[in-house]
Amino acid sequence: MKDMLGLEIKKGNKARCLAEAIVGPVREYISRHTTVSVERASLRLCGVDGMDQEGTPVPNIMANQLKAKTEHGAVRYLLGACLKKGMSVDEMSRAVADGFDISSVEIPDMALLEEEARKYVERMKTLVLENRKLRAEKILKYKSNENSPLLYVIVATGNIYEDARQAEAAVFQGADIVAVIRTTAQSLLDYVPFGATTEGFGGTYATGENFRIMRKTLDIAGEKAGKYIRLVNYASGLCMPEIAALGATERLDMMLNDSMYGVLFRDINMYRTFVDQHFSRLISSYADIIINTGEDNYLTTADAFEKGYTVLASQFINERFAFDAGMPSRLQGLGHAFEMDPDIPDGFLYEIAQAQLVRELFPECPLKYMPPTKHMSGNIFKGYVMNTMFNLVAKLTGQEIVLLGMLTEAIHTPFMQDRYLAIENARYILSNTASLSDEIIFRDGGIVQKRASEVMDRTLDFLGSVAERGLFESIEAGMFADIKRSASGGKGLEGVFEKSPDYWNPFEIMLKEELCIGGTK
Amino acid sequence: MNAIKAYGDTLNDGRVQLSFTLPVADSPKAREAARLYVRKLGFSDGEVVYAAPLEEEFTFFVAYGKTDGFIDYDEVRGVEKIDFMSFDEINEYIGDNIGRKIVVVGACTGFDAHTVGIDAIMNMKGYNHHFGLERYPMIEAYNLGAQVPNETLLSFSKEISADAVLVSQIVTQKNVHIDNLTELVELFEAEHVRNSTVLCVGGPRIDNRLALELGFDCGFGRGTYAEHVATFIVRKMVERGIA
Ligand code: B12
Repeated sequence: MKDMLGLEIKKGNKARCLAEAIVGPVREYISRHTTVSVERASLRLCGVDGMDQEGTPVPNIMANQLKAKTEHGAVRYLLGACLKKGMSVDEMSRAVADGFDISSVEIPDMALLEEEARKYVERMKTLVLENRKLRAEKILKYKSNENSPLLYVIVATGNIYEDARQAEAAVFQGADIVAVIRTTAQSLLDYVPFGATTEGFGGTYATGENFRIMRKTLDIAGEKAGKYIRLVNYASGLCMPEIAALGATERLDMMLNDSMYGVLFRDINMYRTFVDQHFSRLISSYADIIINTGEDNYLTTADAFEKGYTVLASQFINERFAFDAGMPSRLQGLGHAFEMDPDIPDGFLYEIAQAQLVRELFPECPLKYMPPTKHMSGNIFKGYVMNTMFNLVAKLTGQEIVLLGMLTEAIHTPFMQDRYLAIENARYILSNTASLSDEIIFRDGGIVQKRASEVMDRTLDFLGSVAERGLFESIEAGMFADIKRSASGGKGLEGVFEKSPDYWNPFEIMLKEELCIGGTK
Repeated sequence: MNAIKAYGDTLNDGRVQLSFTLPVADSPKAREAARLYVRKLGFSDGEVVYAAPLEEEFTFFVAYGKTDGFIDYDEVRGVEKIDFMSFDEINEYIGDNIGRKIVVVGACTGFDAHTVGIDAIMNMKGYNHHFGLERYPMIEAYNLGAQVPNETLLSFSKEISADAVLVSQIVTQKNVHIDNLTELVELFEAEHVRNSTVLCVGGPRIDNRLALELGFDCGFGRGTYAEHVATFIVRKMVERGIA
């Protein structure tokens, strides 16, 4: 990594110490709690699937049967019931869909349970490890055909089959990553719907079936293009861990996943989110899935010039939470965005300063850089130029994952031709400025360096005051994004349980062992 | 009669720039199809200047056409340009003509989670150096935020006897906003508060014509500032004799 900003090493270190002070107390809370969604994710990892006649997913039926017993861990009851009835998990899923109640069964001996669990844990491990291997092999094989940075586009028609067609075209045009946008309001559903979506709003549901349809499409299109195409969805909202589980088994490659987004922007209860994000990250770490954090969102509601430091602060917090889940930096796609008002004189330099600052502070992370959205307007021609400036900053500052801006951002979800124009623009910039960053340095004490150091200092001040108050209290006081959320408010608190002393979750045990968390065993 | 046509570089040349995609593979035949398609859209002289494959079965075209179509400008009835009052003028106008603070409620309704637009109109700080309604001494403003159910907006408005209700709708995909706005008007009518409330809607895809069609008093699009909607509200109140 080239040092272009003359940043003092101690400042990055100090920010990390403060992030540790902020996250430490939350970590303690997380370790003592589970949630309905963590338990449903664990059931899914065992292989529980399907729905009943009313369309309620089986993992939800089981969790509803357990109620307060959830504190002991749902897998205990599932496998207990399987053993008592001599059924496999598949058979049990069907039985529960037909009305069988797993909470009614007397739980067999722990030794028996553990033996039964081993089967399912091994099965999950094999599946996930195969996915990892396949992905790694294909990426290696096709590395030379990839763009640098990777070009990320979205599909958002609301119909998964139409999305598939759009995705195929995007791959043909040169995209490396395809994200399937989620339909409005899925984040507030406390269940993961079942089956293929054909009528979503601005996107489709994250479901196992949609994941499979898209995975297959991208594998085929990728082979044609001589590339491994990465598939992205959202492990966010009330079902964060469950979607992470589906992603691990269906071979998604990236997941939008933020430690605080749901609390701030979706009014999900903070305790719920903190516990959920941890388990979802354990899964993604083990499955080698890159997370994309949501710092760009801070800038859609606040001014990007004024609030650049909130992005950086959140990145340090997200990083700390990710490390807590055994996630190496190479899986931490920390997010940021090019959202300054285009009318600010020298705005381009400020954007460079921010992007380069993030680059230098997180040298190992596959940074996810988001294009202008807020200041895009009906003037699609100007918008196209703004996207070009964005592409230029992305290349110049060595971002890894670049979400391409659409010239029609202010109007509609992308047309096929909009994506084509975006990819063509990006590839032109990437090739035309391929060595630009090796050729330039920033003037000592010039605009770029000054701005970067200002943002850094404000970040340290901000992290300092959050550390002093505590994270829960800081969110309550509206310190993030000017949004106040009370600790006991928001959605989903009723789904949080204190673990009883005999809490048992074989997947959590396995993940922590494999990732070496909380011990040196 | 004042016939006007699109202007390229010569008056009445009728030149128009187009771009579109056809679901066929790129080929000489596809380009010919694009040219004929442009003609079929009413252009006398279609010229395809660029074609590129978007995939094996889709092709993107940039085309120019020349049209004989014109519009009689004298016959067009657009939204009348209102001469908006300033911050100070509005407060003074309320003092002089209504004689009390007026009560305004704003919300982004339905599933819509976009708050930036309604905040731009309501918040103290305002938008682009134009103060929001909360800053007006003669306006008592309530901003309920986003994802507000129509019923909640109605009951809150009744509770505080709102003089004006401002609705924001940003997401328009599959016409969700139409259903949602229609429902709102029906609710206000059913509760007999429609006539005693000035009802406005705004958002980037909203215009006055649509707003009137749906039963609102006025619609506001892109680039709206608080003083625009405030001017409308206070004049409407006086016109209706709500005071
Ligand atoms: C920021 C943003 C978000 C943020 C919103 C954060 C927040 N708290 O508001 C987040 C990330 C949450 C978001 C989510 C989504 N978004 Co969005 N978003 C935008 C974006 C980039 C900017 C909107 C904005 O803030 N504009 C700035 C404000 C000031 O402008 P404005 O809203 O037009 O308001 C002005 C006027 O319209 C008017 N006005 C507005 N309301 C009112 C009301 C009254 C009474 C009056 C008088 C005037 C008025 O005055 C304002 C000031 O001049 C736009 C793209 C764009 N550039 O427009 C997409 C956009 C609006 N989003 C879109 C979509 C599809 C979504 C999602 C559905 C995506 C998804 N699948 O999850 C979700 C929706 C979630 C939901 N339940 O609603 C689409 C909408 C397409 C359509 N036409 O339906 C857009 C156009 C992007 C796109 N091309 O796809 N989004």
